[in-house]
Amino acid sequence: MADGGATTGSAPLSRLLQPSAIRVGAFAADWRAAVREAGDALVASGVTEDAYTDEMIATVEELGPYIVIAPGIALAHSRPSPAVRRVGMSLVTLAGAVEFGHRENDPVRLVVGLAAPDSDGHVTALATLASFLSDETNRESLLSARSVDEIRALVVEFESRAASRG
Amino acid sequence: MKILAVCGMGLGSGLLLRMQAEKALRELGLEADLEVADIGTARALASSADLILTSEELAQQLGGVKPRIVTITNFIDLREMVEKLRAAIT
Repeated sequence: MADGGATTGSAPLSRLLQPSAIRVGAFAADWRAAVREAGDALVASGVTEDAYTDEMIATVEELGPYIVIAPGIALAHSRPSPAVRRVGMSLVTLAGAVEFGHRENDPVRLVVGLAAPDSDGHVTALATLASFLSDETNRESLLSARSVDEIRALVVEFESRAASRG
Repeated sequence: MKILAVCGMGLGSGLLLRMQAEKALRELGLEADLEVADIGTARALASSADLILTSEELAQQLGGVKPRIVTITNFIDLREMVEKLRAAIT
């Protein structure tokens, strides 16, 4: 792939996070249910098959809740596997906060699902998301959003502002 | 210097760590060779690194490795990365 700009490594967040992969105010009784929401959202948008959801849960069972990468935020994912159809992400805001067992970053209110068939197709999107979430105002807007459209708009707007800054 | 960012699966938290470390190193005016590894291969690669970056959960699973380990709690907070790298490197 000679054209750097067109490779999936630089696919923008708005392309990898489809509206059908966004869930607002989902109810999850425990961390497995929370990860399952993120997994189901990936399946709903055609990014993965159900097996990947089980793989994401198994990852936490194996390695512990290291996926809670910031206060209140979990990045659910597993290795590339046959259950991943293409690179993509999901985003779930939870109705209530869920304990994952992380010593410092619990409880979780936002679960991002990530599926990648290789190690770099999602670099740009993940960077955009990290940048978006590092701002407390953005996090609050996201958590208080009441519809998929609202969340989608937040993401798209942030992305275009970030792009115009160069 | 060589920094190894260790994560669970090699494509999620590790990438975040590397991106943040790159920004932090730029801010600190330092240069380093950054590599990402999953916990499985990290032990084997550890001895060739000068510094290991990871979360506390995974640091415990690394066991005894030669390089200094810097643990990050918040992977999207650049300040934490900058301060911890500054303390570890300078």
